Amino acid sequence: MAFHEPWNDAVAATIIAQHKAQEGATLPIFHALQKAFGYVPAEAVPMIAEALNLSRAEVHGVLTFYHDFRSEPPGCHILKLCRAEACQAAGGDHLATGVERQLGIKLGETTPDQQVTLEPVFCLGLCAVAPSAMLDDQPIGRVDAARLDALLNEVRS
Amino acid sequence: MTIRFFISRDAASLAVGADAIAKALQQAADTKGLAIEIIRTGSRGLFWLEPMIEVETPQGRIAYGPLAPENVAELLTDGLMNGEPHPLCLGRPEAIPYLAKQQRLTFARCGIVDPRSLEDYLAHGGYRGLARALDLGPAAMIEEVVESGLRGRGGAGFPTGIKWRTVAQTKPGQKYIVCNADEGDSGTFSDRMIMEGDPFVLIEGMTIAGIAVGATKGYIYIRSEYPHAVHAMEAAIEAARRADYLGSNVAGSEWAFDIEVRVGAGAYVCGEETALLESLEGKRGLVRAKPPLPAHVGLFGCPTVINNVMSLATVPFILAQGAKTYQDYGMGRSRGTMPIQLAGNVKHGGLVEIAFGVTLGELVEGFGGGTRSGRPVRAVQVGGPLGAYFPVDLFDTPFDYEAFAARDGLIGHGGIVVFDDTVDMLKQARFAMEFCAHESCGKCTPCRIGSTRGAETLDKIAHGMEAEHNLALVKDLCETMKFGSLCALGGFTPYPVMSALTHFQDDFTPVRHAAE
Repeated sequence: MAFHEPWNDAVAATIIAQHKAQEGATLPIFHALQKAFGYVPAEAVPMIAEALNLSRAEVHGVLTFYHDFRSEPPGCHILKLCRAEACQAAGGDHLATGVERQLGIKLGETTPDQQVTLEPVFCLGLCAVAPSAMLDDQPIGRVDAARLDALLNEVRS
Repeated sequence: MTIRFFISRDAASLAVGADAIAKALQQAADTKGLAIEIIRTGSRGLFWLEPMIEVETPQGRIAYGPLAPENVAELLTDGLMNGEPHPLCLGRPEAIPYLAKQQRLTFARCGIVDPRSLEDYLAHGGYRGLARALDLGPAAMIEEVVESGLRGRGGAGFPTGIKWRTVAQTKPGQKYIVCNADEGDSGTFSDRMIMEGDPFVLIEGMTIAGIAVGATKGYIYIRSEYPHAVHAMEAAIEAARRADYLGSNVAGSEWAFDIEVRVGAGAYVCGEETALLESLEGKRGLVRAKPPLPAHVGLFGCPTVINNVMSLATVPFILAQGAKTYQDYGMGRSRGTMPIQLAGNVKHGGLVEIAFGVTLGELVEGFGGGTRSGRPVRAVQVGGPLGAYFPVDLFDTPFDYEAFAARDGLIGHGGIVVFDDTVDMLKQARFAMEFCAHESCGKCTPCRIGSTRGAETLDKIAHGMEAEHNLALVKDLCETMKFGSLCALGGFTPYPVMSALTHFQDDFTPVRHAAE
């Protein structure tokens, strides 16, 4: 499972310091923060702005442009379901509806027990084994409802 | 004697259980007390046969697949290591017609070598392109790429050598090589396969580009959806640095070149070259107006070569074998080979690298074997979310930049997504608009607002509201988006929409949707 530590500004400051010298450091910093905390909290924005000599508005603007970066902590497990054409052609729409029903949440939401966050993704490059998904960092191809059910039960137990 | 086995570690192979097969094989061998070595390779691109095992025999490698973990122990007792006949035996992989009919130039090593081993790369002809390039010198290596006829494999089809020449002609100073590995088109995975299966070929191609134009620094911008490719590239870059193939004296020459991997963040529009440069600079991925061209004012305002993974990964072959050898493949102004990807509802999904000129029908029916569902093919989308939908009666179209353009389509990055007769083309047209709205960078109005209005108008048609009037409105909107957008996202979204309207009119009549 994806382990994320709770927000801690000292840890965040260390992460920011590690990356601030890189050219165009904003994305590497966001990625590193999200890897550590599971999301990029609003508290990080002024810290990054200060370190990179940017305005808070600029940092906020970059952060919110990219679909990857979360503003809220995710569940313990992240299930990404591909919603792009190749997976649509192989029954992806039906699969997504089924998963939403089974988890009782919509795409983009987290289960009330904080176990699973369900996210849409537009192509994982697994189009020859469609429909596809990614559970934490594990790619899954030729997915059907039963296989997904088994995998979710495995990680939730 | 240790028996050598080869199992793919490509993400698509892992997605169908390659790790479990490797584990089962090791366990079965341990139980029987057999000495084996398992080498994790990239994929051959025969994904309907994965997970697949190859075993080294005196007759060459013999393949078995598709396997389930429970097959493995039984295969070992059946003499798998001797390549004896078995229902799951596929024979020599090179002899499988799907592979035998291809011309693998860029993908020559993919699925064969260990992507983590520089020694393996060198043993299979790696770095011969760089060696010849260093003998030729920068000016002659650029001419070689120009002469080969290589055109941008990302979709735009601009001659790669001309881009290089433009950057080489700028005044000396900081210049960059940027590799566009933001392969966001659904139905495409060739960039991912080469980065995971033969990463050194991309490093070699970028190094040649750097020396050719006088750039000392390269960036590979890989999309975040490809974590396995990021790991593979980083490991290969580290290995190349250790062996002095990257660094201050590349391969013992006076040239310096190094590469850094940067990871995208889920924005499709960053596959557009100027948006990608903005993103690398740490900004919002907003498209830039051209001119100035990136070749003159690119990354951080410096002259920049920005090429697709496939273009750069093809350069070592061209330099090693000569422009003429590459140019002899292909048709018309489309020279060389194209890695084409068969995806979606297709029986034989995978990678087909073949000379330009093969017809769409040969690809979908011949290589692909029709649909996986067994139902008739109704439509194929070629070239990703911005590519046109082709009906079966256009299957005689040859795979060639100009031939596709002549039929209001594009080859894009070479992805073909197959749909069977259950597809609703109005829904697909609506998705194209919705996707554009979701991914628009917001800089220009036709793309930002047009796409949202387009999706709404298609919804009205689906509900039978003033269908004729609204169809005219969609067509008009497509014209505006096509000619008024700054980049290909807004400019090409009309391709899937208009092709669906033109070739699948029945799906846009109120009757069909009222009945549902």
